[in-house]
Amino acid sequence: MEPAIRIEHLQVNRGGRTVVRDVSFTIPSGTLVGLIGPSGCGKTTLMRSLVGTQIVAGGLVELFGQPSGSPNLRHHVGYVTQAPSVYPDLSVTENLRYFATVLGAPRSAVDRAIDDVGLGRYADTVVGRLSGGEQARVSLATALVGSPQLLVLDEPTVGLDPLLRRDLWALFAGLAQAGSTLIVSSHVMDEAERCQRILLMRDGGILADGSPEALLARTGSTDFDQAFIALIEDPSA
Amino acid sequence: MTLRRTGATTGRVLRQLRHDPRTVAMLLAVPAVLMGLLAWILHGRDGEFNRFGPPLLGIFPLIVMFLVTSVATLRERTNGTLERLLTMPLAKAEFVMGYALAFGFAAVIQAVVVSGLSFGLFGLHVSGSAWLLVLVAVLDAVLGAALGLSLSALASTEFQAVQFMPAFILPQLLLCGIVIPRSQLPTVLHWLSDILPMSYAVGATQQLGVSTTVTSEFLVDIGVVAVFVAAALLLGTATLRRRTR
Repeated sequence: MEPAIRIEHLQVNRGGRTVVRDVSFTIPSGTLVGLIGPSGCGKTTLMRSLVGTQIVAGGLVELFGQPSGSPNLRHHVGYVTQAPSVYPDLSVTENLRYFATVLGAPRSAVDRAIDDVGLGRYADTVVGRLSGGEQARVSLATALVGSPQLLVLDEPTVGLDPLLRRDLWALFAGLAQAGSTLIVSSHVMDEAERCQRILLMRDGGILADGSPEALLARTGSTDFDQAFIALIEDPSA
Repeated sequence: MTLRRTGATTGRVLRQLRHDPRTVAMLLAVPAVLMGLLAWILHGRDGEFNRFGPPLLGIFPLIVMFLVTSVATLRERTNGTLERLLTMPLAKAEFVMGYALAFGFAAVIQAVVVSGLSFGLFGLHVSGSAWLLVLVAVLDAVLGAALGLSLSALASTEFQAVQFMPAFILPQLLLCGIVIPRSQLPTVLHWLSDILPMSYAVGATQQLGVSTTVTSEFLVDIGVVAVFVAAALLLGTATLRRRTR
């Protein structure tokens, strides 16, 4: 079976600077991947390259065996940007109904997606009146509504209370178990432990790639902050 | 292009308008109030309102729709929804046509309101068909919307978008034949006015003001406006980018 993601020697330049350098990795379908690294390390640019909205300088990006950005992939890839990209002047349901129609998803998918992100009681509220975290969840629901095979989520848990974060990570794990592939970025190292596989990113490159347990064992660390520091100080560790 | 996704986009844009009743009220009231003001200014001056009324009946909705559309599409670019839509199975033409139909629908209502008041309350009288003038007012409003859609691609901030009005619309207003007839313009400016859409948008209304029959100039004028609408929509489609730096 084709891997969900295959990236080889990806390089991206923005504003005269190389922001993603020689990145290569392959992700099989049905994996929950954490893309972890500090702010400004190139996570968003890497994700934009995955969904095909970023002009890349070199390398190969394939999703399910097709070059990223292919028209065929638009039904199968869901992308949630860091800033909520929904219509603030429409209600939650109105937003989701529109995106569901664009994606060709059934009406029932709208209610399910609203429930998945725990916004049932705000279904008829205008999005602009919701809090930042709630707006981010509307944006997430918009991607869920199309039941994509690959979900690319840029910092979906920022600013959420711990209970909600736990629920969302449980939702992500459930989606992966059902066969979807998810790549979730975060600058919070602790979120690494919720993933099956983590890609540690720093300064445009991949610092480490493996399971959370293997990473801790390899660096002899007890938490991911420690592991991250150990890897920076001694990349061969 | 599918009707379903185009229609959904139109419905979504109209729903956004519905959540903003003040904008809708201004969309309908502003051109009507301006026409009333014009009628008042020219009150008692024999035939002047009938001379300036028809062109401005086309120009006011054109300007209002231009501004509203350019801001609406710019907002779609800056809040990230356009980028998101372009990662989805939405054709660029579906996006542009969705907007054009939504604002075209708003333009119809706007033109009907302002024409109805102009003829019924402000005492506007034209030699040609009043219904044709309503039709031209709609066409001019749609032209404004189409120009706003395509030009908003050039703006990256609201400050820039708002300044497109004085930059692109006001010169056309000076050259379109209401200050002095286009035939009396200096030669170079006459040529320039020949390639500007508002010359034709206003020309059609002037024809209806003075001629009792449908003249060939009138047909040429509305034909050219229709071509400008189509060209602006095509340009608006072509300037959407799925991939950016």
